[in-house]
Amino acid sequence: MTEYEDTIPGGRHWSMLIRRGVQLKLTDVSGGGNVGMLMFNPLNYLERLNLPDTLKCQHTFKLTTGHCLYSDMGRVFCSIIDDDVGWHDAASGTCNAHLVANKWGASSYQDDRNDYLRNGRDSFLIELAKYGLGKSDMVANMNWFGRVDVDGAGGMAISDANSKPGDAVILRFEMDTLVIMHTCPHPLDTASAYPRNPIAYQLSLAESVPDDDPCLNSRQENARGFANNQLYLMGV
Amino acid sequence: MLQKSQLSTDTARHIEVVDAGDYWINRVNVGETFRITDLKGNQAVDTLFFNANQPRERYSAFDTIREQKNLYLTTGSTLISDECNPMLEIIADTCGRHDTVGGACAGESNTVRYALEKKTMHSCRDSWMLAINEHEHYGLTKRDLAHNINFFMNVPVTPAGGLTFEDGISEAGKYVEMVAKMDVLVLISNCPQLNNPCNGFDPTPIELAVWS
Repeated sequence: MTEYEDTIPGGRHWSMLIRRGVQLKLTDVSGGGNVGMLMFNPLNYLERLNLPDTLKCQHTFKLTTGHCLYSDMGRVFCSIIDDDVGWHDAASGTCNAHLVANKWGASSYQDDRNDYLRNGRDSFLIELAKYGLGKSDMVANMNWFGRVDVDGAGGMAISDANSKPGDAVILRFEMDTLVIMHTCPHPLDTASAYPRNPIAYQLSLAESVPDDDPCLNSRQENARGFANNQLYLMGV
Repeated sequence: MLQKSQLSTDTARHIEVVDAGDYWINRVNVGETFRITDLKGNQAVDTLFFNANQPRERYSAFDTIREQKNLYLTTGSTLISDECNPMLEIIADTCGRHDTVGGACAGESNTVRYALEKKTMHSCRDSWMLAINEHEHYGLTKRDLAHNINFFMNVPVTPAGGLTFEDGISEAGKYVEMVAKMDVLVLISNCPQLNNPCNGFDPTPIELAVWS
């Protein structure tokens, strides 16, 4: 099998091992969606997505085409090779049970069955436990499709309607990566009702990285990140 | 917000100078006040906090900024844990702005930021690693090392979503002071970074003080 497509309903979670050379296309089917995501090296779970390093080394607060997502070991988990959105949030963390109950009310499986209001933190904990990981491994996460602006005084405000129906982002994986994800709301979402935006995802084989690749060449830092991957893999 | 302290170091229960490149790991009890002073100016103090009684609970940079809806830390900021409990509150600050999105330096991230041959230079993460392995009784491992505060560092975001590393806004003698809302374990690396113009390529000592 070289291609796979599926859709995760809003407010759910999943995880998967994505191999080097595979690309993941995330599509915000109805617009206004959110994907919380963590990444780990399956050979050494102590190596994990490091968003402060990712932002700092690319001198950016938003993530979009041309950016790479770095591990804490100076290696590139994946590159953003295409993006309809233009701004993905890396600085707001994820929603927890308290936040969801405060915004959208109490909910339980007993009463609401599979429509109960899941939250990002519990979703991550469930998926992490499948690999023997836990809350200590839960560092800063991506919020794909979300945009948070910062004013001159540091004030943070979410942008409504950042992502339109059908908008997609494509991640090309540069090393084997355990991907933990959920489709629970962005923690700063202001919707009056709990948002349930489905996210379609498609896995397929990526083309090999050309010498003029925009992610490899967008910054000297990324050329060095790719060099670290080459050293780790001892291949060309 | 700029706010001076009323406390004198004459009454502190503990006072200590920590050189650049060294770590400091110590307990500060609930209700105690903790001050970090930038003795020479433009130093970065890479700081982590843990619940001293349950170190699986730790400072969470991104929960802290989201809950206060502001990217920068200063007087009035409550530093919260990954379980969204208040750990400390900043009660005095003569610098005015501190970063918590820029993370800490490590040999590996230095290779990306500066040059591949920088990988063996001393770094904040090395100081933290030594601290946790020299103090095994705290039960901390690399898993527990999450995202830190960079006291005295200025990392503004541009309207277009860029991240800039401005010259420090700190000067010799500026300080930040906080009161503990729970028993906390403080883990500091006084940053040894020699490649960053923010500290004028000259990392310098800090002073730490605790009042009961």
